Amino acid sequence: MKARSFHGVSSIGQEILLVVVILALFAVVGWINPRFVSENNLTSIFVGNAYIAVAAIGMSLVIISGNIDVSIGALIGVLAVISGLLVTNGYPVWFAWLAPLLIGAAINTLVGCLIAYARVPSIIATLAMLSILSGGLITFTGGQWISGLPGAYQLAQFRLLGVPSPIWFMVGMTIIAALLMRYTAFGRSVYAVGSNPEAARASGIGHASTVVKVFAIHGAIAGVAAVLFATQLQVIQSTTPVGLELVIITASVVGGVSILGGVGTVVGSTLAAILFAAIGSSLIFLNVSAYWLRAVQGVLILATVLADMARRRRTG
Amino acid sequence: MTRILIRHETILAILFVIALFLMAAQSDRFLTTANLLNQARLMTEVGLIAIPMTFVIVTGGIDLSVGSIMGLCAILVGVFWQNAGLPLPAAVGLSLVAGTAAGLANGIIITRFRVPPLIATLATLALYRGLAEGISQARSVRGYPEWFAQLGQGQILGIPTQLWLFALVAIAGIFILRFTTFGRTTYAIGNNEAAAEFSGLPVERTKLLIYTASGFISALAAIVFVSRVSTTRSDMGNGIELEVITAVVLGGTSIFGGRGMVIGTLIGLCLMQILQNGLSLAGVRGDGTTVVIGAILIVAVLISNILGRFSND
Repeated sequence: MKARSFHGVSSIGQEILLVVVILALFAVVGWINPRFVSENNLTSIFVGNAYIAVAAIGMSLVIISGNIDVSIGALIGVLAVISGLLVTNGYPVWFAWLAPLLIGAAINTLVGCLIAYARVPSIIATLAMLSILSGGLITFTGGQWISGLPGAYQLAQFRLLGVPSPIWFMVGMTIIAALLMRYTAFGRSVYAVGSNPEAARASGIGHASTVVKVFAIHGAIAGVAAVLFATQLQVIQSTTPVGLELVIITASVVGGVSILGGVGTVVGSTLAAILFAAIGSSLIFLNVSAYWLRAVQGVLILATVLADMARRRRTG
Repeated sequence: MTRILIRHETILAILFVIALFLMAAQSDRFLTTANLLNQARLMTEVGLIAIPMTFVIVTGGIDLSVGSIMGLCAILVGVFWQNAGLPLPAAVGLSLVAGTAAGLANGIIITRFRVPPLIATLATLALYRGLAEGISQARSVRGYPEWFAQLGQGQILGIPTQLWLFALVAIAGIFILRFTTFGRTTYAIGNNEAAAEFSGLPVERTKLLIYTASGFISALAAIVFVSRVSTTRSDMGNGIELEVITAVVLGGTSIFGGRGMVIGTLIGLCLMQILQNGLSLAGVRGDGTTVVIGAILIVAVLISNILGRFSND
């Protein structure tokens, strides 16, 4: 059992559970209000939240490695604004798409070094980054929204074979990350570092370099999420989306990534992001005030964490 | 070990004096009794929560939910008073009970279910803020009576009322952490929880009490806040955990537990507040100061890590 969970196989149970819950939610809410399962609404659920699922992939890597990142929401906000400013200041569109990836990777490499080499706990390093990034963003932009984005820039509004591009990104990146985590030496070293740092170090897996790599990849993925976020509407809001980091962490944890590190898969986190988006949308169709959304999120994460702890104690 | 502690606090105190002089040289509005008292008034809410947070971090834990408890308790005062029609003192009392219960819930999740404090309080951060938003439906409550404003806006013997309250909590904190068995148990848990457990110390009960106290004091801070601004909104206390943790860590408490003092927290708090005040007097806007707080937090942990490494050698 231990050896299986090491490769994240045991959380397949969590993934099947999530699929069942998602289908049940669609069935029940669709039965109460058929407009919930209209093509229009389904598309908007997936397209509007794909960037959360994408960001949750990187977050899962971070949590599997035994760390956490509470600055992800602020980072996405900053990278989205950078991307928007580049394109509205005449830089080519491809550059505005690519720059957030590189800058995100650069910023988080720095954070990774702080955590891995200077031994600043990840919660402290990223809490500090949260205030630096969000405070810096508002100071820099003065709260001004970015508009006048060219049509060719709107990546999230493109379609390929009739399917909106965010869905391609979400599915494609989930599959790539799942394969990477499952079949490469890097993937296994992430699990090793998260489940038992001492043993990993003893067996010659570079703890520090793995953590830095995880954060760099997480930063680049945040760049993709930021581009999807920036290009889905005609304007880019210049403030950090409130509570976005919690939504992303919730998706990872509810998706079966153990908060103690070492266990979990990215497929589960993507499913959880979909579930969470569907819950948000269903509140509207059930005429429940959207102000309860965060409470629902809190209950979900708490329930999952408690279940995780109970399961761990049972398997010893 | 005590030498390192003394050294950290001495460095901090010297930094504090230097900062005072720099600020005074920059603006002649800074070193006035009115400004200093007003700054003290503004830091009371963060300061109150920083006292139990020092205990929490000394045990090696963390409480990220304090800002959300503040928001929830602020909302509850308004709801109990205006919507449920209770007299205001009863509403305040019930809100304090609710905050204590929220802290107790944190403690139970952490001790009974063995959820790491970081994750437990991250979850309740979302839950308590969500409850505040859901209950208030983004409506704010105003029109509190004159006498209620006394706590947050009035003064006793020329000193802001809430500072008396803060002094009481701070002195209690110093005394308990320094001179009681409870305080020594707190350090023991932070140094080596398993060893503390095997030595027969009441580890669970101590942690439970500390997280409960954190909830209670967060509720108290909420009452002070509501009284100071005469209104309640569900986003009150948002992000305050960052300021509180920064003050505690800046004050020399090790984020890994086992080391720290309430006095250090108080100096860290004052240093942060005059820095913010100085920056705003120099024309930096509020959001710019959060950048500075974040940077200070990283530097503080780096310095404490380096000092820690030297003391191990």
